[in-house]
Amino acid sequence: MSALEIIINLLSWFFIVSGSVFVVIGAVGTIRFPDFWSRLHAASITDSAGMILLVIGMCLQAGPTLVTVKLLIIGVFLFITGPTSTHAVANAALVTGLRPPEAEGLIGAEPEPIKPEGDDDA
Amino acid sequence: MRNIGIAIVFFALWLLMSGIFEPFIIGLGAASVLLTLFITSRMDAQDGDRVDLLLAPVKYTKYLAWLMLEIARANWAVTKIILARDMPIRQHLFKTPYTQKTDVGQVIFANSITLTPGTITVETEDGHFLVHAVSYSEDDPDALADMDARITACETAGGA
Repeated sequence: MSALEIIINLLSWFFIVSGSVFVVIGAVGTIRFPDFWSRLHAASITDSAGMILLVIGMCLQAGPTLVTVKLLIIGVFLFITGPTSTHAVANAALVTGLRPPEAEGLIGAEPEPIKPEGDDDA
Repeated sequence: MRNIGIAIVFFALWLLMSGIFEPFIIGLGAASVLLTLFITSRMDAQDGDRVDLLLAPVKYTKYLAWLMLEIARANWAVTKIILARDMPIRQHLFKTPYTQKTDVGQVIFANSITLTPGTITVETEDGHFLVHAVSYSEDDPDALADMDARITACETAGGA
């Protein structure tokens, strides 16, 4: 094993291990946080830091092959779909009337009332 | 002309995804590309609308690099909150005005807010987003306004 290979191996393991740590931290946060809204934020750590670091680490393991291309494409898709699905869950909660508990001394913004279906042109 | 471009892109994607260069597999790929082309051209007959990416590529790449740094910083901040013994969370739902003129710009802004842990775009309304923060500080609106200005600077045209 040449020196370069050892360096790449070490780097890739650094990324994979730190990505896994962030995934675990996201899971711990999902359990520790007190309510629905804060738990969403803990899950987004797994989504962003965990996913990005793991993909980088796996790319370094795969080297310059087609697998790396596929991993990068997976990364780009998760980069777009991750926040979109988080938003969908949060929005569904808001629309059904669940409001985040406000911290002391803060007043939350109220969403505009939703127009009934088919009333847009009126 | 446009169909030839689509065919090249799709076929390149097939080759990248399969990685097997046997005649039978490549034939299947060509058949799939032709079928997809047939479907997309029929869809165009119904609906000629397409999404224009009105973004400056160099500026947008710089923005992505900056966003990565922001994601790293926000991750670290939320990680500290999760691991802290007393979990100093300070939840707040607040309005964030946006200045992007194109749909794509607004989507990028909303998704960037959600991508950085600690803030989630909850609802889109005329002229502003509703953003939920898990540990709200008085600097947050300024930081989001800075992000907003950076994305608006990436837009090349003011389409509606």
